[in-house]
Amino acid sequence: MKINLKINNQDKIVEIKPHEMLLEVLRKTGCLSVKHGCDTGSCGACTVLLDGKPVLSCSYLAAKADGHSITTVEGIQDKVDQIGKYLVDEGSVQCGFCVPGLVLTVIGMEKELSNPSEQEVNHYLSGNLCRCTGYVSHIRAIMKYLEDKK
Amino acid sequence: MKQVNKSIPKIDGMGLAKGKPAFTDDLTDSNAIIVKILRSPHAFARIKNINVQKAVKYPGVECVFTYKDVPRNVFTRAGQGFPEPSPKDKFILDEYVRYVGDEVAIIAAATEETAEQAMKLIDVEYEVFEPVLDFEKAENNKSIIHPEKEPYTMFPMGFDPKKNIACIYDMHVGDVDEVLKNSEVIIDKIYYTQAQAHVAIEPHSSTAYIDPYERLNIITSTQTPVHLRRIIGEALGMPINKIRVVKPRVGGGFGGKQQIHGELFCALVTLKTGRPSKCIYSRKEVFESSFSRHAMRLNIKIGAEKNGKLKAIDLRILSDTGAYGEHALTVFMIAGSKTLPLYNKVDAVRFGGTVVYTNHTPAGAYRGYGAIQGNFALESAMDELADKLNIDPIELRKMNMIKEGETSEIFKIMGEGGEGTAQIIESCKLDYCLNRGSEMFKWNNKYHKKQINNDKVRGVGMAIAMQGSGIPNMDMGAALLKLNDDGFFNLLIGATDIGTGSDTILAQIAAETLNVPVDDIIVYASDSDLTPFDCGAYASSTTFVSGNGVKKAAEKMKNLLISEGAKHLQIDIEDTIFDGKLIKSKDGKKSISLKEISKGWLYYYGQGQKQIIAADSYVGKKSPPPYMAGFVEVEVDTKTGHFNIIDYTAVVDCGTTINPKLALGQMEGGLLQGIGMAVYEDVKYNKFGQMLTNNLMNYKIPTREDVPNINVEFADSYEPSGPYGAKSVGEIGIDTPPAAISNAIFNAVGVRITDLPITPEKVLMAIKKKEGK
Repeated sequence: MKINLKINNQDKIVEIKPHEMLLEVLRKTGCLSVKHGCDTGSCGACTVLLDGKPVLSCSYLAAKADGHSITTVEGIQDKVDQIGKYLVDEGSVQCGFCVPGLVLTVIGMEKELSNPSEQEVNHYLSGNLCRCTGYVSHIRAIMKYLEDKK
Repeated sequence: MKQVNKSIPKIDGMGLAKGKPAFTDDLTDSNAIIVKILRSPHAFARIKNINVQKAVKYPGVECVFTYKDVPRNVFTRAGQGFPEPSPKDKFILDEYVRYVGDEVAIIAAATEETAEQAMKLIDVEYEVFEPVLDFEKAENNKSIIHPEKEPYTMFPMGFDPKKNIACIYDMHVGDVDEVLKNSEVIIDKIYYTQAQAHVAIEPHSSTAYIDPYERLNIITSTQTPVHLRRIIGEALGMPINKIRVVKPRVGGGFGGKQQIHGELFCALVTLKTGRPSKCIYSRKEVFESSFSRHAMRLNIKIGAEKNGKLKAIDLRILSDTGAYGEHALTVFMIAGSKTLPLYNKVDAVRFGGTVVYTNHTPAGAYRGYGAIQGNFALESAMDELADKLNIDPIELRKMNMIKEGETSEIFKIMGEGGEGTAQIIESCKLDYCLNRGSEMFKWNNKYHKKQINNDKVRGVGMAIAMQGSGIPNMDMGAALLKLNDDGFFNLLIGATDIGTGSDTILAQIAAETLNVPVDDIIVYASDSDLTPFDCGAYASSTTFVSGNGVKKAAEKMKNLLISEGAKHLQIDIEDTIFDGKLIKSKDGKKSISLKEISKGWLYYYGQGQKQIIAADSYVGKKSPPPYMAGFVEVEVDTKTGHFNIIDYTAVVDCGTTINPKLALGQMEGGLLQGIGMAVYEDVKYNKFGQMLTNNLMNYKIPTREDVPNINVEFADSYEPSGPYGAKSVGEIGIDTPPAAISNAIFNAVGVRITDLPITPEKVLMAIKKKEGK
């Protein structure tokens, strides 16, 4: 079946199978920043923005995304530059596998929460797992980013 | 020092944040056929019959392999150096399956769906055996897990598969029994540590293709590309000059990717079909069909005088290596060799025990590598001793621990599978770590339980730890520097960055030695055709071993530049210096810039036209341990047993931090992984040997909401044998949480949890038992 997706601001008609998940479809269209991590919607590495809100593309049927707008880090490189700088400065990009998904969730959070506390940030981002950093550098980076943005 | 001990951004950090294609699955040919594995549903069985005819004929299927179709060469997947200290007990496929998830057949098809459909058409008839699922009953069990005749070991290690014994090890210094008998106080306890899963967020991933030279190319998420090439050649019976292994970015390793995984299956499929193939493990396969930490039972006896002076330590361990013996012996030995030297003033010390096969998922290398298990027993027992003698736990450590300028006989006796290497400890700031940590943590104010309210009590605990820096006289790291025509360098290294930042810190070391900006060092790493030898990312080796290799290569490069500069300037080499920008006479009267000499003299039509390359390598003559002290505060709800970790303070001696921010990241990440092992993570099986924790919903790794207040500081320390004073920092962070947290629970509520993980349920049960309810 064919669906219409706006991927990173480009309208695309994509051929999918009815049971295919958005993750696989996006990777096939070249959005390789979207990562396959866990199969159960537990790790957050496959996070994308659907109409600006973070969703887990590994457990989101591609068919359900028909007519919607998808953003991955490929489509917002300048914005990722801004957040990424803080993450890299704090040493919080270790293996980097989880980072594109994390950055997108941060962008989703910025729209939903104004002036969040450290605790609120950790709660919002808790679905994005990282095994390398212990998260400590993440929170340092993200709080600094949010502070400097004000 | 201009470029080291400096927190420059990780050189691949921004590219990774921006999601550039960098990992194995991103670099796979889009036409690659998909490799899937039919896996055993039984913990222990023999394949009586296997019929693949229907699967082979299924449209879209490229090929199917069973044990009848693959070379029967016995090998180990451990990913270690050679000769390997692990039993050779694995075939690519075998008629026996030894755990739920073991490989039965390899199937390759155009799509994942086709492969999965066709897999269902493979008929397998199993003869099912009684599995060995209790490692304390494995030895001499009537079920023999490796009845086949081929397995062997490359040197004696007590390998006795008929008794389900992978290896046996024993050592002693002095007469332990006699010293214990005469000790005024004895602690005699049993501790258990569980299997832990690595949970790198990137699953095991490999891809293979044949290049125009008709050589097999493998791109794979590995910690050990060079060893992998050798092992693939061994398993397939193929010359390794036909194999190239490339490691792209790796999405976390933690030891899990030291072993080999899908590489062999891709290799077989691509060699047979000539087509590119890929094998990406599902998360279930990562849990069930890769490796975990060795579960252990640790019996420890400590003898001491009433004043706290240790007299003897006796540590006996039983270790569960699962169905195959990867790292069976070495992890076991490290449980002693990287813990017992902490207390080097005892009159007698003994260490030994057995590693057994079971029908569990195989155990393998995992950050901490035995030291975390040994540390839980040793540092818990030390806390019990402190309590019994009513001595502050910090004072007890200070009284007995190793100090700078001292040694331990264990260094010489115990190595990586065999004899060790004697060494004098030239850098050890444990005393500082304890003092500073205690001050940061406010230990003296906290070290007595504090009632928060009717139900909640706070307590504190601590532990010290050591690790190593590479495997001396065995593992090598090499580097090659190439000068380019604008005065910048390529740094080619075999070292394997798995997210640790080793590419960055090795570039810093080269830049420091040459006194050039890090931007002028272009790193290319981990490609078996192009980069020089390196053992890979394990044993906390990269900073120390590969770092020394890089430093030596850069020193050679510097000398070459001086010698070429002297020729150009027509002055004596002895009168020539290189300051990073200029090659000049000592008086500064004659000079040429690095840029100029690179462009004009050496490469473009100058009289000195010549390619400038310098290469060198390093093999450690010692393995200087990093040290640390960890302090933790917990708050326990005495009604429910639930507890929160409030604060974790760590002070670390890893020598010079080449990049303090990246070293901090290693420590923070290691601490949380250790906390995970201490209180959350547990690989569990049912009575059939099926893993119950085979996904991220049932297997709990810490989330960012589980992170306590973590404070890490580094001691000012300089290791003379390290590159610019550095030791290792990759593993040490994981070692202390199990013991420190258990000690803190005891400090709070007076109960001691001796089997990991420490769960609220266990705490509550222990409180009830103590209260006599």
